[in-house]
Amino acid sequence: MTIPTTTSAVPPIQNADKLLVASEPAKKARHRLRRAPRHIAPMEQRSTGEKVFQVFNVVVLVLFAFVCLYPFYYIFINTISSNQLSASGKILFWPREIHFTNYAEIFQIPDIWHAFLVSIERTVIGTGLTVICSAFLGFMMTQRKMRYRTFVYRFFVATMYVSAGVVPVYLLFNYIGLLDNFLVYVLPGMVSAFYIVLVKTFIESSIPETLQEAAEIDGAGTMSLFFRIMLPLMGPILATLAIFTAVGQWNSFMDTVIYVTRSDLQTLQYILYRYLTQSTALANSINAGGGSMTEISNTTQTAQSVQLTVTMVAVLPIFMVYPFMQRYFVKGITIGAVKG
Amino acid sequence: MKKALSTPNKLLLMVSPFVVFAFVFHYLPLAGWYFAFVDYQPGSSPTEMPFVGLKWFRALISSQEQVHTILRVLANTLGMSFLGIASSILPLIFAIFLYELRSSKLRRFVQTVSTAPNFVSWVLVYALVFAFLSVDNGVVNNVLTRMGVISAPINFLISSDHLWIKMTLLGIWKGLGWSAIMYLAAINGIDQEQYEAAAIDGAGRFKQTLHVTVPGLMPTFFVLLLLAIANIINTGMDQYFVFSNAMTADSIEVLDLYTYNTGIVSGNFSFATVVSILKTVVSLALLFSVNRISKSVRGESIF
Repeated sequence: MTIPTTTSAVPPIQNADKLLVASEPAKKARHRLRRAPRHIAPMEQRSTGEKVFQVFNVVVLVLFAFVCLYPFYYIFINTISSNQLSASGKILFWPREIHFTNYAEIFQIPDIWHAFLVSIERTVIGTGLTVICSAFLGFMMTQRKMRYRTFVYRFFVATMYVSAGVVPVYLLFNYIGLLDNFLVYVLPGMVSAFYIVLVKTFIESSIPETLQEAAEIDGAGTMSLFFRIMLPLMGPILATLAIFTAVGQWNSFMDTVIYVTRSDLQTLQYILYRYLTQSTALANSINAGGGSMTEISNTTQTAQSVQLTVTMVAVLPIFMVYPFMQRYFVKGITIGAVKG
Repeated sequence: MKKALSTPNKLLLMVSPFVVFAFVFHYLPLAGWYFAFVDYQPGSSPTEMPFVGLKWFRALISSQEQVHTILRVLANTLGMSFLGIASSILPLIFAIFLYELRSSKLRRFVQTVSTAPNFVSWVLVYALVFAFLSVDNGVVNNVLTRMGVISAPINFLISSDHLWIKMTLLGIWKGLGWSAIMYLAAINGIDQEQYEAAAIDGAGRFKQTLHVTVPGLMPTFFVLLLLAIANIINTGMDQYFVFSNAMTADSIEVLDLYTYNTGIVSGNFSFATVVSILKTVVSLALLFSVNRISKSVRGESIF
C-alpha cells in the first residue's frame, strides 16, 4: 500500500517484497515492517502449502466479511426499493424502483418520531454528563495533594466489582423516584469507574506534570487548571469516551424494559423491539387466517417496511460515527488493558 | 483569589458530591439485600416489613418444582457460557488469519467490516435475524422455498431446537472481529527478531506462526480465558431477553433473566433478591479464585 506501483510483470506484492529488500527508503521500510513485517523475510520461498493457505485464508475472511456486511446491506436496499417487491422477497442484491418515502413516512408515525427524539436526548445528555464527570474525576484522581485520594480512588474502582443485582437496584430507584423518570437513562452511568481509570491513566502518561506545576505557580486554581489547561489537552481520550458512551446510550435497551412503563419515555430501540414482537403476532394471525395483505402499492407501508426502516434508522447513526470510532477503539482497548 | 494553592481538604471537598453519587448508585443497592430477609410489601417502609429470616433462602429448594427450575436456569447459564468459552479460541485464529493476509487493503477492509456488528445492539441483531429467518418473509426461508430445498418455511426464531448453539453463533457473529483486536494488538507487540531468528533456523511461515505467533498470544488468551471463567454466571440479559419467547423461554432463561422475571415481572422481590445475593457471592468467589490462579501461574493478578 505504501509502495509506489512500478511497471513490471511480477504480481504487485512480490514486486513489493523485492523493492523493499533492495531499495526502499528506510523510513518506508519501517512503516511497511509494522504492517506486514514477515513479507520482507529475504530468503522466503513460498511453498505450495503456503500458497494454498493464502487462497483459503482470503476466501474464509472474505466470506466472513460478507456475512457481517450483507445483513445491513440487505435491509438498506429493501428500505429504498419498492415495498411491493420487497414484501415478496425479490430484493436480494440490488435495490429496484428506488424511493425514499419509507424514511419520510415512518417519521409521520408519532410513536416513532417521539422515540427517536427520546433516543437522541438521552444520547446527547447522557454522553455530555458522563464525559464531563469522567474527565473531572479522572483529573482529580491525579491530584496527589488531595486528602484520602487513594481511598477515594479505590472507592470508585471498587464499584466495577460490586453489583447488588437487578432487584435491589430496581427497588432503590423506586425509593428515590427514578422509575419512569428520564433521569434513569442518564444518571446511573454518570460516574463510571472504568472511564475514570482511563482518564487518569491518560493524564499520567501523556500530560507532563510540569505543566500543571507551572500553571499552579502562575496562580491557577484547581478549577481553572482543569478547564483552561487540562481539558483542552484531553481531546483524544474524551473523544474516545464520548463515542463509546454515545453508542452505548443509543443502543441501550434493557433500562427501558426494566425501569420504564411510561410510553412517552420509550426509546427507538424499545419501539423497534415492540414492533418486531408485535408484528410476529400480527403476521401469525394473518397466516392463520389464510389471508394476505391486499393491494400493496410501491410505497404503501407494510409491517415489513416499517420494521426494516426503523432498523435502518437505528443502525445508521452508529455506522455514521463508526469511521471515527475505529480510529479510537484500538487505542481505547489497549489503554484499558493497562491497570489502574 | 490569590490564595492559589489548593489545600488537600478543598480537593477532597470538590470530589465529595461524586463520592456520594457513586455511593448511592453502587453501594446503597447493597442495603437492598435486606429485602431477602423480610416479606417484601410494596408501599410500606422497609422497617414495617415482617422479618422472616432465611425463609426465602429455603424457598430456593422448597419444592421439587423449584429445584427443577433452578437447575434448568443454571444449566442454561453454564451451558451457553461454556459454549462461549469454547468458542473463545476463534478470535485468536481470526487474528492470525488476518495477520497472515498479504494484502493490507483487504486486511483493513475485513477488520473494519467484522468489527462493526459489535456496535449494534442486541435488539438490532434480533431485527436482522428477524429479517433473515422469520417464517412469513425471511430471506432464507424465501430463497430456500423458491429453490425447492424446503417445502415449508423453517421456524428458526420460535423454536427451542439447538437454541444454545444458535445463541453462541450469534454471539460469535457479533463479537469475533472485536475480540480479535486484542490479539492483533498482541501480535504487533511480538518482537520481530523472533521471526527473523525462526526464519534463519529454517522455519517457514506456518512454523513461524506455530512457534512464534501462537506462543506470543498465549498470555493474552490466558487472561481473557480467566476473565471469561470469572464471568461465567454474569451473562447479561439483553441477548436472552430479546430472543426469549413462549417457545424458547425454557432453554434461554439465564440467571440474570430469571432474576428479572421472578423479581420485577412477577413481583416476587424478596425471592429474587436471594438469587441476586447468591449470584454476587458466587461470582466474587470466582473472580478471586481466578485471580489467585493467575497470580500463581503468571505471577501477576488480572485486576
